[in-house]
Amino acid sequence: MGETITFWVLAVVSVAAALGLVFSRKAVYSALMLGVVMLSLAVLYAVQDAPFLAAVQIIVYTGAVMMLFLFVLMLVGVDSSDSLVETIRGQRFWAVVAGLGFAVLLALAIGNAVFSPAAGLGRAVTGRDGNVPALAAEIFTRHVFAFEVTSALLITAALGAMVLAHRERVRPKATQRSLARTRFAGPQPSPLPGPGTYALHNAIDMPALLPDGSVAATSINRVLARHELDEGFAPTDPEKAALIRQVLEKDAAEDAEPVEGDKPIQVKDALSDENALSEEDGK
Amino acid sequence: MQSPAEIDLHSGGVIGLSWLMIALPLLGAAVLMLGGRRTDRWGHLLGVLMSLGAFAVAAASFVELLGMSPAERRREVGLYEFIPGMADLGLLIDPLSISFALLITGVGSLIHIYSIGYMSHDHDRRRFFSYLNLFVAAMLLLVLSDNYLGLFVGWEGVGLASYLLIGFWQFKPSAATAAQKAFIVNRVGDFGLLIGIFTIWTTFGSLGFREIFSQDPGTASSGTMTAIGLLLLVGACGKSAQLPLQSWLLDAMEGPTPVSALIHAATMVTAGVYLVVRSGFFFEASATAQLVVTIVGVATLLAGAIIGCAKDDIKKGLAGSTMSQIGYMMLGAGLGPAGYAFAIGHLITHGFFKANMFLGAGSVMHAMNDEVDMRRYGGLFSVMKITAVTFVIGYLAIIGFPLLSGYFTKDGIIETAMHHNQILGWLAVAGAGLTGFYMSRMVFMTFFGKKRWADDAHPHESPAVMTWPLIILAIGSIGLGAFLVLGNRFMTFLAPAVGLPQELPEFHFVSTPGLATLALVAVGAAFAWFRYGAAEVPVLAPRGSFLTAFARRDLYGDALNEALLMRPGQWLTRIAVFFDNRGVDGLVNGLAAGIGGTSGRLRRVQTGYVRSYALSILFGAAAVVGALLYVGNM
Amino acid sequence: MTTHYLVLSALLFAIGGIGVLVRRNAIVVFMCVELMLNACNLAFVTFARQHGNLDGQLIAFFVMVVAAAEVVIGLAIIVMIFRTRRSASVDDANLLKY
Repeated sequence: MGETITFWVLAVVSVAAALGLVFSRKAVYSALMLGVVMLSLAVLYAVQDAPFLAAVQIIVYTGAVMMLFLFVLMLVGVDSSDSLVETIRGQRFWAVVAGLGFAVLLALAIGNAVFSPAAGLGRAVTGRDGNVPALAAEIFTRHVFAFEVTSALLITAALGAMVLAHRERVRPKATQRSLARTRFAGPQPSPLPGPGTYALHNAIDMPALLPDGSVAATSINRVLARHELDEGFAPTDPEKAALIRQVLEKDAAEDAEPVEGDKPIQVKDALSDENALSEEDGK
Repeated sequence: MQSPAEIDLHSGGVIGLSWLMIALPLLGAAVLMLGGRRTDRWGHLLGVLMSLGAFAVAAASFVELLGMSPAERRREVGLYEFIPGMADLGLLIDPLSISFALLITGVGSLIHIYSIGYMSHDHDRRRFFSYLNLFVAAMLLLVLSDNYLGLFVGWEGVGLASYLLIGFWQFKPSAATAAQKAFIVNRVGDFGLLIGIFTIWTTFGSLGFREIFSQDPGTASSGTMTAIGLLLLVGACGKSAQLPLQSWLLDAMEGPTPVSALIHAATMVTAGVYLVVRSGFFFEASATAQLVVTIVGVATLLAGAIIGCAKDDIKKGLAGSTMSQIGYMMLGAGLGPAGYAFAIGHLITHGFFKANMFLGAGSVMHAMNDEVDMRRYGGLFSVMKITAVTFVIGYLAIIGFPLLSGYFTKDGIIETAMHHNQILGWLAVAGAGLTGFYMSRMVFMTFFGKKRWADDAHPHESPAVMTWPLIILAIGSIGLGAFLVLGNRFMTFLAPAVGLPQELPEFHFVSTPGLATLALVAVGAAFAWFRYGAAEVPVLAPRGSFLTAFARRDLYGDALNEALLMRPGQWLTRIAVFFDNRGVDGLVNGLAAGIGGTSGRLRRVQTGYVRSYALSILFGAAAVVGALLYVGNM
Repeated sequence: MTTHYLVLSALLFAIGGIGVLVRRNAIVVFMCVELMLNACNLAFVTFARQHGNLDGQLIAFFVMVVAAAEVVIGLAIIVMIFRTRRSASVDDANLLKY
């Protein structure tokens, strides 16, 4: 009775979490949903006479693997939420058809099979001091070779990850001296103009005005401007709004064709440590 | 099996060395061709030497053969066992082949000597002599070989030499075209010969003359014999310029004159007659084949004579005459053993007097800046006496002037034909009358009458190296016929090779056909004198009657070939090309385009989107599960 | 009772599959793959219980090990692709095509 209740509760939870994993826009939510599913499954393992696997599930999956996922999400950028508009024609429809069809087929197969009452693991662990020693005996006797091979696999994976993620430094690390030299050799030795907070507005997202009253393009904070544009808070002044849009479009064009070295840094660039300091960061 | 040939070879007799006849000119040709310009200075001398050497061997073999009893005069010289039991390379020295060998090497040597003078100004004289030597070697292989395979090799060899020599001045488009024409027309004949040889092989199981001719002719059906005979005749027609494969010979006059004399008058073109006589075994077994041979002969002798009547080009006139005379030989060869001796005899005497006249014509051309139009000659008798006299002797011989060579051999053929078939005989007599006309016309236009020379012509007698061969040939033209025919000397000599007729013919100096022939020739000659000797000959050819145009256009032989073979052939080719382009290529290209197009569409499946691929994988997995369920539920 | 577990496993597997097909963020796709692996593990554990021996649990154990290794490599690859292409979308890596 207790198992039935547990099952139904966890089944509902895990299916809901799985659906959430698939349908949430933000990857972080998906990761958390996956965590929920894994924990539910861990409990289900425990219910099904597999305490060792339940522990491993929590430690390895929920602990290590999920953390890895979250780390990578941080690296890639948590704030970039996916667009849910499908780009491949018919993909979503056929995916649902195939997925549901597959599920129905499996369910049919399971329904068709005649199951005797579950044998339970009582007999398998008798005389072996319970589940964990019994598993250990299996692993280190019958499956010892496979076990050793998995160790090799894990080491290889670790080395592979290091090799893949490693980046060779091809240029010497920029010193303060070289940075200063670059700055004074460049077109703008002085700091960029600040936002227009002293002029007419009391807000940091307003551009500065030049002596002739026109907008100084270099004073626009890209991050804020893009955010405002996304959220629909364009400046009321049509001239400024047009200018901001223009600056952003120019950035987007440069993004499409990344030019080595002089690209404005955005959140995504957190990964590329070398370009960390540039004029944008000052604002 | 021990063949007498091997004994001969080891006995060291002259006949055992007869392979030298072929080897010497072949060596000469090889040295001259491979030696290149280095041999330019003495190349012509080597060519003459090799030819004379071959003549010496031939003469010695002839003498040795004469020393044997008639039954023994049939010597085989085995050289090389090519395919055991099927084709052995060997030589057959018998009266027939040695007669040819003497003619080829004898006349050939004279023409070699003549060519030293005739070609002295030619830049490529050495190459000319290498080709001449090659020709002599191939021709000797043709007539000396003791089997059809060797004969065929020689047959093709002379075809090649003929091609090379007709096109010797290949910078002249007309010469190059004529060479190709000769080669292609000969291909038709060679095709017939080849199939004939195949048929012989399947019927008699051998290609050797001795093995075949020793079998009973009754073993093969008469139809097979007729077929073999006709196929061999096709080959003979091609090589000997008989109807309907005659068209190449007139164009072949584009070659240097010694070539015309040696190859296209004296020797190669008579190979067809040799083939028919040598293969008498088949023809004697088939009356049909013999009849066709005689018909071809008569038709050609008339056609050649008619063509000869209208040509103003001296060499083409002589070529028409050659056609006509070979027609006589063919007629004789179609008459069985009675005609063979006359055919071969006429062949030999014709070899002398026609070579004589061709060389004479060459001498005239040499003197007249290579002018070939007889309307531009006239009155040359006074300036080149030796040439004129020898030419006139040849002329008298060919028209059958009593007691000269042609009188005996040609009248022999006519009489035998008359004996055989009245119609054939009278047609041959008519041909003789035409011969009298056109040859007289040629002589009168060239050597007599008014001078119609071009302004820059300064005719002179040719050097001795050219006149001496003329003189020797002229002597042959005078006496050879009487020597061969009287007392059936040649017929009995040839008997071991070709057999004897049931009753030996008696040569009548006075007979109806003979008198009729003489009368007709006299009429023809008188008519020619009336038209060309006594009357003014216009320098530009008058338009002439319909008949003249007919003859000038070679009896429309080329037009007929063109309409009957060339145009349909071109159409066939066009259809084949069209079929190839549209049908075959269309199928292949269509298939390729179809596959290409389908692939071009199918590759769109490879979108590069991993998710699409994953979708198909999932469908596949679902299908597998479904299939498993279905199978499990069955 | 084991039937329920198996049906749950099939359901989770299908949801994971649909997720793989419809999501474009490589990391989310990867998570969906993990979900499918977990569903399989659930089935294995259930079968172990059904048949009364430990083989199913053993296989589930090995699956976890291999999955861990796979996650490590997969994420490293994703990071690398992101570095060069500035995108984590699986649709952007579509150069290998017709």
